[in-house]
Amino acid sequence: MFDLRNVRYKNILYIERLYLPANKITCITGESGSGKTTLLKLLNNLISSDSGEILYKGRNIEDLDPVQLRREVVLLPQTPVTFPGTIKDNLLIGRQFSEKPPVKNDELAALLGKVRLSKNLSSSAAELSGGEKQRLALCRVLLMEPDVLLLDEPTSALDDDTAGLVMELAAGYAREKKKTIVMVTHSKGLARNYGETIVTVKSGRIVNVEEAG
Amino acid sequence: MNGMNGIAEIGFLQLTAAYVFLIILLVITRRQGTAKEKEIIISSLRMTVQLVLVGYALVYILELNHLLLSLGILLFMETFAVKNIYSRVKVDINAKLRRVIIFSMLTGTVTTLLYFLLVVINISPWYEARYFIPIAGMIIGNSMTAVSLGTERLISGIKAKRDLIEGALMLGATPSQATKSVVNDAFTAAVMPTINSMVGMGIVFLPGMMTGQILSGVSPLTAIKYQITIMLGILGSVSLTVFFLVGFGYKTFFNERAQLVERGEQ
Repeated sequence: MFDLRNVRYKNILYIERLYLPANKITCITGESGSGKTTLLKLLNNLISSDSGEILYKGRNIEDLDPVQLRREVVLLPQTPVTFPGTIKDNLLIGRQFSEKPPVKNDELAALLGKVRLSKNLSSSAAELSGGEKQRLALCRVLLMEPDVLLLDEPTSALDDDTAGLVMELAAGYAREKKKTIVMVTHSKGLARNYGETIVTVKSGRIVNVEEAG
Repeated sequence: MNGMNGIAEIGFLQLTAAYVFLIILLVITRRQGTAKEKEIIISSLRMTVQLVLVGYALVYILELNHLLLSLGILLFMETFAVKNIYSRVKVDINAKLRRVIIFSMLTGTVTTLLYFLLVVINISPWYEARYFIPIAGMIIGNSMTAVSLGTERLISGIKAKRDLIEGALMLGATPSQATKSVVNDAFTAAVMPTINSMVGMGIVFLPGMMTGQILSGVSPLTAIKYQITIMLGILGSVSLTVFFLVGFGYKTFFNERAQLVERGEQ
């Protein structure tokens, strides 16, 4: 899905060669400050590399329309924003940006139920806690039905039980719909449980790529 | 002036007598010990000298009534207005946004001015200095204030909502979608003072132009017609300039890869 060659971004990241397979879950692990988040931002062109090239489906991403790319390769940041408005507005805003038709209320409610977020769709999103916002944001990106999900520590604000639930939902999406997930996590446990490929980053360089057996 | 009654001419002694108001202020500040005398005197002197010079210049300009002269003055006013916007806005304006400001001011004010002269009051020649210069002044001055306000709001809004804008970009929003609320806020903030000023007009205060016309003997009914049309002209110019400003201005904060740039494109 992604093929990175001699990619350099400031003094933060240098990747000689990295291949991220399609329809698989790849976990990126490493210490904080090692460049994991930068890597995700490069993949959906929120930033551009200083040199080298990143191929997406065989094409250099600098040649693709960045907005179309981000609708296909959606990034969920570690601390997601909530937009002014209701929970429903927040769930649908991704689809709205990409000009997709809205989803029915009962489907939205069912999705929220899967991450144990039993909130009224018409209540304000601003009042949610950090963990609730993180789950809301995951639901938002899943509703966009992207080809690639870039997840940055998607369970960092969640307790173990809820984290498991959220991971099952994301992994299930990838398996059922044959989609790709690239997930940054510092949790070795999560990486081992879900990662089909585990990439370890240290000080901005790839130090290990491991195929899970 | 061919008004209903001729205007009372102010003689030199009477003019001097008006400076009593200045002396009152000086006495008050001296008593309060606010030590602002120097500033007050300099301001009053500047006002006097500038107006005397403008008065003589206008006599000459109105008499000459030449197309190039009117256009030259228009250019001078536009230049002054743009420089004033740059210095009034207290935050850094990126190079591209500076160009957007010039473009917005020129297109917005000139379009309005031409429409006003050619269609609304329909004078001939259209560059007749007696109309052209004061009307251009009012339109440009008000647009200048609005554009300053809009620029400041746009820059501070994008800075304050950076996370929200990037959050929207990550979800595949276009720069236009991502900055929609900031752009709308800046537009409203810049246009509202003009809209609000219309509310008190005629009740809380009599606008300067109308007062001047009435003083010079023009029928109040004619004066209000001028005031209404110029007010609408100002509203049109303010809306146009600010519309161009925010509509093109937000783009200067993104590069060609639709990435939010820290300090705007240089």
